Amino acid sequence: MRYLPHTPDEIEQMLAAVGKRQLDELFAHIPEDCRYRGDIDLPDQLSEWDLLRRFQDLGPQLSLASARAVLVGGGSYYHFVPEIVRSLAGRSEFVTAYTPYQPEMAQGTLQAIFEYQTLTARLLGMEVANASIYDGASALAEALLMALRLARKKRTVAVSAAIHPHYRQVVRTYLEPGGFRIIELPLDETGRTDLTSLPPPDELAAVALQSPNFFGVIEDMVDAAPTVHDAGALLVTCFTEPFAYGLLRSPGSCGADIVCGEGQSFGIAPSLGGAGLGMFACRMEHVRNMPGRVVGETVDLDGKRGFVLTLSTREQHIRREKATSNICSNQGLCALTAAVYMASLGGTGLRRLAKLNYDKAAYLKNGLLASGARLLYRGPTFNEFAVRMPAGFKEQRRRLMERGIVAGLPLDGFDPALQDAYLFCVTETVSRSIIDELCKEVQS
Amino acid sequence: MTSGPGMSGLILEEALLWEKGKKGRSAFSMPQQDVPEADLDASLLGAAPDFPDLGEVDVVRHYTRLSQWNFGIDTGLYPLGSCTMKYNPKINERLAATPGIASAHPLLPELSPGMLRILFELQQFLAAITGMDAVSLQPAAGAQGELTAMLMFAAYFREQGGQRRRILIPDTAHGTNPASAALCGFKPVPLRSGPDGILDPATVAAEMDEQTAGIMLTNPNTLGLFEENIRAITDIVHGAGGLVYGDGANLNAVMGIVDFKRCGVDAMHLNLHKTFSTPHGGGGPGAGPVCVVKRLEPFLPVPRIVKTAQGYDLHSDAPASIGRMHAFFGNVSVLVRAYGYILSMGPQFLKKASQLAVLNAVYVREQLRDTLELAYDRPSLHESVFSDKRQHAFKVSTLDMAKRLIDHGYHPPTVYFPLVVPGAIMIEPTETECKEDLDRFIAVFKEIAREAETDGERLRQAPTRTKVRRLDETRAARTPCLIG
Amino acid sequence: MKEIDELDLPGDVYYSSDHEWARKEGETVKIGISDYAQDQLGDIVFIELPDVGTVFERGEEFGTLESVKAVSEVYAPLSGEVVAVNTDLVDAPELVNEAPYENWIIELRPSDEDEYDELLSRDDYLAVLQG
Repeated sequence: MRYLPHTPDEIEQMLAAVGKRQLDELFAHIPEDCRYRGDIDLPDQLSEWDLLRRFQDLGPQLSLASARAVLVGGGSYYHFVPEIVRSLAGRSEFVTAYTPYQPEMAQGTLQAIFEYQTLTARLLGMEVANASIYDGASALAEALLMALRLARKKRTVAVSAAIHPHYRQVVRTYLEPGGFRIIELPLDETGRTDLTSLPPPDELAAVALQSPNFFGVIEDMVDAAPTVHDAGALLVTCFTEPFAYGLLRSPGSCGADIVCGEGQSFGIAPSLGGAGLGMFACRMEHVRNMPGRVVGETVDLDGKRGFVLTLSTREQHIRREKATSNICSNQGLCALTAAVYMASLGGTGLRRLAKLNYDKAAYLKNGLLASGARLLYRGPTFNEFAVRMPAGFKEQRRRLMERGIVAGLPLDGFDPALQDAYLFCVTETVSRSIIDELCKEVQS
Repeated sequence: MTSGPGMSGLILEEALLWEKGKKGRSAFSMPQQDVPEADLDASLLGAAPDFPDLGEVDVVRHYTRLSQWNFGIDTGLYPLGSCTMKYNPKINERLAATPGIASAHPLLPELSPGMLRILFELQQFLAAITGMDAVSLQPAAGAQGELTAMLMFAAYFREQGGQRRRILIPDTAHGTNPASAALCGFKPVPLRSGPDGILDPATVAAEMDEQTAGIMLTNPNTLGLFEENIRAITDIVHGAGGLVYGDGANLNAVMGIVDFKRCGVDAMHLNLHKTFSTPHGGGGPGAGPVCVVKRLEPFLPVPRIVKTAQGYDLHSDAPASIGRMHAFFGNVSVLVRAYGYILSMGPQFLKKASQLAVLNAVYVREQLRDTLELAYDRPSLHESVFSDKRQHAFKVSTLDMAKRLIDHGYHPPTVYFPLVVPGAIMIEPTETECKEDLDRFIAVFKEIAREAETDGERLRQAPTRTKVRRLDETRAARTPCLIG
Repeated sequence: MKEIDELDLPGDVYYSSDHEWARKEGETVKIGISDYAQDQLGDIVFIELPDVGTVFERGEEFGTLESVKAVSEVYAPLSGEVVAVNTDLVDAPELVNEAPYENWIIELRPSDEDEYDELLSRDDYLAVLQG
């Protein structure tokens, strides 16, 4: 086996050096009634070539690769990934390193994560960002737990009904055992969250909004922030599509206190929804309650700039059961990938690409409306929007699928009341000719 | 003078991203504007993100230089105890990048049925390796796997009609254990391990009662020792109606050797980025699947991946489930790599890997036992824990020796953990290191111990061959500078 | 770290076995941590102080001190109400390392005078440290 370098001679020499005759003797002290009986029930080992063949044989079952265009988002997005992102983030010095506990031999990871934190904070208009959380959903759960810590005695959070349904489920999983109350806020007819009936200030720790929300609608955060703050609560905002902030006002500039979300769009393949990137940012005054690792700048013995993991006293290995979170390993390489991607685009590039997403989605939206579709909500949208499709669309969608176009995500799986409603996403990967072809099919 | 592979080479300086570039440069191949521009309400429009604009060569050199300041397993020996830094096979990177896998959309699993097959088979593989009955792949890391298991314990006792509030955690546990338990409303009750480094059943019996949910046990524990009393301990816990959680971080020592269900474990997590060779990425992504016995299966996270007559499907109709832990299915790209690893190894070589991991660790222990103080002199498995006790007299600490190893071209072992050993030095070579590399490492460590006696200052000044010297962590924490 | 005979243990304050010191100043008592405590903790980087007006029972945690790699709770050696906190420490927590007996942490108005008499003298505290 090529990963095991020992020759039979060496095994013998090493056993002799430790006073054993056989490998089994190394385990002699393990009690009989704990032992594994027989051989592990697994397929026989495969050579490198047989392993590749096994994956090739799965090829037809991994069919999305051959799609011409997938107009589906809903928390996982198709964007072009420059080859330099794959190539640089794939460098094995980054890939095969551990968490940078020995900063002198991990300055590469540390500087890259410091840069990631900086770009993330700038994108979101916040003062500080951490080195990442698992995904957008657990980032939101951690953000709400953080808000509850900051609010001390308050035990209620209000969560918009337009937050990704899976994120709301993860929030419930994380918050329920602590006995916290989760209130769901309804939507108005524009598809924005209705903040007119918030719980009383002595109970409410935080209000969570997603923008653009699950239905693609951009929330009015400029209005929301003072309303939430007047209700004595912190404003937590989340996102599934960070591209939106290449174009739209950042949550921080609107007054959000904690901002989090999924960063998969920034150079990371969908891969059935993972590994993604939980982005997390807050205000400096709350940094000691922030979950997760964080890199800080300092100097070495000669006064030279360098970077270290810092503020570790918030973390589980020191504060144990009083830690701000139990998180240990995060999504380091995904954060680094996102940083390379953001660096490749630059501020100018991100703005242009975000606008292109917006323009293309608007082009499809207009095309579908002209073909008999009706908007589910009339609020403004970014690169995703929800529509009720005319009768017969189900069959048209099947035909489009045969031609390699995945036309929207049916929403009835999330809510049976949303029969005939579809969530469409258009990114730069969808060309005008695909959009025209789709609209033509709907008109047929 | 013995020396390892460490030399000094040319280290290139590199500025921060925003100290470089020129407005208007780009490293991105911008797609055509093939649709008309659409208007946007001015009240929604933000300022363009304040990112530097860099050219493609700028970006390539920046990250290439940064990577050269890093040390990974591909660079050299990385004997970080408790972290199982084994070789990360290249072929698994290619598998994860397979277009059909990388492009699978989580809300369209019906268009990628092969993905569900891979995940279902991986669940079966992990159940077979641990001896457990059912598996969830959702947890994104070991700590989230622990949290998943603790949530399941809480749900189990809720269903039993009586919430239990305490949980027993030995002093050799990972720090994540108490933090995970506390998130579920359990109050951690610390247990002292015995003078031999393992847990005495009597200590467990004294604390276990009907108010106590159970115990969180790492086995092999963080001293590299097998908890030989585990059957007696799990009987005590089960006898009081409790549950046993097994932290599987150290599974690499016992694949095909220990059956965790037979040990009495009810739930355990695995770290695929340790035992199953997936890369650690400078701090993740990892994967922390949870394996459980039959009676806890109803509490596993949803959706579950199941096999049907037609193929593979997702089930979410599970009223007792703790709910969802991840937005989608977990860190699938990591899971695919682990799947590839298990298939490459097969049952025979997984067991062999454990045997050689233990052989390597025991070999290093025996070669260094006259050089460093061995914390517990009894049979140990995949790692061994020493301390700096013998170097105290020369005012040389564990940290100094660790830093000196860097100059010789080795990543230091885990230091100052576990907390039960003051000045701990925890060495886990893993099975993918060959004898001559171990011999060189051992010789270097002996040399450093000699140096401690004669030239301690040299150790206290180490490292000197790296891009930066020792960093001022106090300054970083006192006046945090977290963004540039 | 300092050997026991290197520690500064003044005789004009009283100690708790949790390594706090207390010094009566008229109606109120100033509270800080001993030289031993600051030495064990190392460079202090952050201090979490209670609000003025908070009432603590003897033995209750009233704040935390953090070094780079450790967190230490500080416990009220006496019951009482916080009448002042040393805000100088917020920006310069290292003052506690530099002069632990000058840089008090909180000032309490004790609710039970007898508790003060139950604290340890310098010699009693030294005996605790010598174990």
